[in-house]
Amino acid sequence: MKQELFESHFRAIWQSFETTLDELEQFRQLRKKANVSGFSDQYRQVCHHLALAQERQYSPYLIDRLNQLALRGHQQLYQSHNNILYNIVHFILVGFPATVRREFTFIWVASLLFFGSLLTMAALTYYNPSLIYSVYPEGAVRDFTEMYDPANKAFMQEQRSAADDFSMFGFYIKNNIGIGFQTFASGFVLGVGALFNLLYNGIVLGAVMGYLTEMGFTDTFFPFVIGHGAFELTGIAIAGAAGLKLGFGLLCPGRLSRKQSLIKAASEAMPLVYGVFFLLLIAAFVEAFWSSSSYLSNTAKYMAGGSFWLLVLSYLSLGYTGLNRGAQRGSE
Amino acid sequence: MLDTYRKLETPENIDLDIQVAGPLVRCLAFTIDSLIRTAVQIALLIALALLGKVGMALWLISTFVLEWFYPVLFEVLNNGQTPGKKAMGIAVVNDDSTPVSWSASIVRNFLRIVDFLPIGYIAGLISMILNQDFKRIGDLAAGTIVIFREKQQAAPQWPATDSSPPPVALNLKQQRAILSFVERRNSLTHERQEELANHLQSVFHHQNQEAVDYILRVATWLRGGR
Repeated sequence: MKQELFESHFRAIWQSFETTLDELEQFRQLRKKANVSGFSDQYRQVCHHLALAQERQYSPYLIDRLNQLALRGHQQLYQSHNNILYNIVHFILVGFPATVRREFTFIWVASLLFFGSLLTMAALTYYNPSLIYSVYPEGAVRDFTEMYDPANKAFMQEQRSAADDFSMFGFYIKNNIGIGFQTFASGFVLGVGALFNLLYNGIVLGAVMGYLTEMGFTDTFFPFVIGHGAFELTGIAIAGAAGLKLGFGLLCPGRLSRKQSLIKAASEAMPLVYGVFFLLLIAAFVEAFWSSSSYLSNTAKYMAGGSFWLLVLSYLSLGYTGLNRGAQRGSE
Repeated sequence: MLDTYRKLETPENIDLDIQVAGPLVRCLAFTIDSLIRTAVQIALLIALALLGKVGMALWLISTFVLEWFYPVLFEVLNNGQTPGKKAMGIAVVNDDSTPVSWSASIVRNFLRIVDFLPIGYIAGLISMILNQDFKRIGDLAAGTIVIFREKQQAAPQWPATDSSPPPVALNLKQQRAILSFVERRNSLTHERQEELANHLQSVFHHQNQEAVDYILRVATWLRGGR
């Protein structure tokens, strides 16, 4: 068949296929429901025509055009549709704890590194308070000593306005979640970045904790941190675990090629990163609106903080074991 | 074909040609995106500053979202194209040329901070140069690729001439060369057209403008005109 005849035979199909594609390619949320009946039939026809045109060496313009149509059709046909709201709920209930349990080796290593360095540094600083100056400059030490000093009544009595709370919320979101994401991504450098972030954060937090305990500021410091700590500290540990997994995938590919191993590690670590986002978002909320509240008594904060820890740990270690099949599906 | 073309076999058993985008065009797209992002941040800063502390909190949150999710949201919701990529006519797709998924897009954009190391995306650039598909580190980990999304070219003008059969039998490759010449002749100068046509003097026995006209007639015949 000569090219002109070929074109005149099928031009109508190509044009209607192109119109459908134009509709489908508009910004997903804004477009009207496109009429897609017969889309796959038309797509298969276009693929067939492209193969014919290539085989018969029709003119380059025609082949390019059909190639373009087939490529756009391919991208529309082979996309995955999912219900984002359902996915989020399913992820929180099933996917996240299931992934944490699947990756328990990395979680344990990261937790040991983070909480281990935190507690060690806290103990060391408690017995030798001058260690604090090896992690913080003098001015910063004076600032936070003043802030948590029970004699400084401003901390206890000054009412922070709702606007203040909210502005701290914004700050925590930008700062803390950013650190969580960085901990994950920097794990790419053979895990060194994640390792550094875990140890660094552990040492700094541990030093502050040991120092303030030694100063006897326990009544101002611990009620403040215990609430959001449940979400924030676990969040950082899990971010570190995700980063270590990424680095490990690159370092020890096993039987896969290094590239394949990296892709696999990244996609398997992603649920952990979503989970970190979820935990740190709660942490920012609690830190801004609950931890700093001066209405609540210390007893109430200890009780609530303790139950937050219990809640987070049991959620991550036990969450939804009843639905093993669902858990596996969710983690895929 | 130029070496930036890749063959992609689809389940329908056809080979699609895709053209991967190189560092320069991606760099330009990134610059456009950065400018847009900065402009939005400044505009928001001015607008939200009027709201006092609540406004500043909203600004910090919006900065966080812009910083980490600006590319992700556009890539997933807008056919793999951030505004910068759209302006440059490129798009992000999965390795199998399907639309980029949420997790792939998040991986490739979060790993920007690794690509940025040690400064100014040097790691990403080195990775792109070493990789035949111009993938930066984020692309490698996410299994994504940046391709050109060609705009449909205007259909070439076919000359309204008589047709005449070629004096000798032409094989498919030769036919295609002739068709290709006719389709792109308007982008060539008159002299260049004649120069190219003169190469066939020994076969077609025509010269200069006559040779061009003769090739037009042969092409019309090959295409099936009467």
